[in-house]
Amino acid sequence: MTESAIFSGGPQGMPIPTPDPHFAYVLRHADDNLVAAQRYGEWISYGPELEEDIALGNIGLDHLGQARSLLAHAASLEGRGRTENDLAMMRDERDFTNLLLIEQPNGDFAHTMARALFFDAYQVGLWQALSDSTDATLAGIAAKALKEARYHLRHSSGWLVRLGDGTEESHERSQRAVDALWPYTSEPFQPDAVDLAAAEAGLGPDPSSLESEWRSRVSAVLGEATLDVPTDPYRRHGGRSGFHSEHLGHLLTELQWVARRYPGLKW
Amino acid sequence: MVSRLERARQALTSVVDPEIPALSIEDMGILRATTETATGVKVTITPTYSGCPAMGQIESDIRSALATADVGEVEIETVYSPAWTTDWMNEEARRKLEASGIAPPTSNPRCPRCLATEPRTVSEFGSTACKALLVCSACGEPFHYFKEI
Repeated sequence: MTESAIFSGGPQGMPIPTPDPHFAYVLRHADDNLVAAQRYGEWISYGPELEEDIALGNIGLDHLGQARSLLAHAASLEGRGRTENDLAMMRDERDFTNLLLIEQPNGDFAHTMARALFFDAYQVGLWQALSDSTDATLAGIAAKALKEARYHLRHSSGWLVRLGDGTEESHERSQRAVDALWPYTSEPFQPDAVDLAAAEAGLGPDPSSLESEWRSRVSAVLGEATLDVPTDPYRRHGGRSGFHSEHLGHLLTELQWVARRYPGLKW
Repeated sequence: MVSRLERARQALTSVVDPEIPALSIEDMGILRATTETATGVKVTITPTYSGCPAMGQIESDIRSALATADVGEVEIETVYSPAWTTDWMNEEARRKLEASGIAPPTSNPRCPRCLATEPRTVSEFGSTACKALLVCSACGEPFHYFKEI
């Protein structure tokens, strides 16, 4: 997959020039957080209890803030006049480069918490590494996000332990969630050309260097939760190059429809 | 004659955090710098949390406060680095927080009502991005705690 293919097809089918890998690198991390924010937002008013409803909304808000900072930075790196909002609202499914993991539907609460554990454990390692980025803006955003991600990880780990080591029903559902989401947990650590260019330039880590720490964090939580670490070798990839599961299109429809139906709409 | 910069700084002392109106943005450490430019002043702010929804309101409050202070053009810059930390909250700010019923950030929070320590955590995510929900183990009062970050 080449970068030009990732961004092929402009609004009128016009070819878009190959994007700068720096832009593409910042944008993929923005996309992860934007999609995460939308998934948490779907929980609002459906949380299992009031405090948890508030917590899920809060975590979503952190991801939204991280996404906005990164999108604004990506827009300025691109320098083609697109804004933070254009990048969030006017790109299509094929142009989004978020991980498949984070676009997976919320499912039951155990699914959301298992997805959160996998994603939060990845983000803690990622933000830590990005805090040393040669891109000072990216490093600043990451240093702030790292503090937030540690709270998120504590939240998802705590819940998974309670659910896994809870009742028979909650144990079974948690194991089902962990098994269902496991195929999406190698994509974050598979470097592509954009990651390698970023690592070369000191913008960010080689993602494969984050995997062993992720694995030990996640295994420790699953162990405490009395849940099995899946051994199924089946793996799903594609999000980073714009090939998504069927779920992202539906998510974007809900996220983007107002901005597209009423272009330029303001409060 | 009071300088443009002094007028700006004076006017900015009236800008409060819309979610914690007991504290000014200066007390909070959100206001990082006020400098003079060729045509006016530049105000540098930093968010407490990435997703803090109050940032838009704070920007607009800064503009309103400066509008009547005769400081020329106002430029507002949001910076992320260095990342905001509760360490920037001064003693005065901590005292005001506790007086308004919010336990200030510390590794050992205490009940703002009866001052007992070792409260029980209800949720690390409260009504705003920066606060957790605790309950006092001594007097039973539920209260907000400004999370250490």
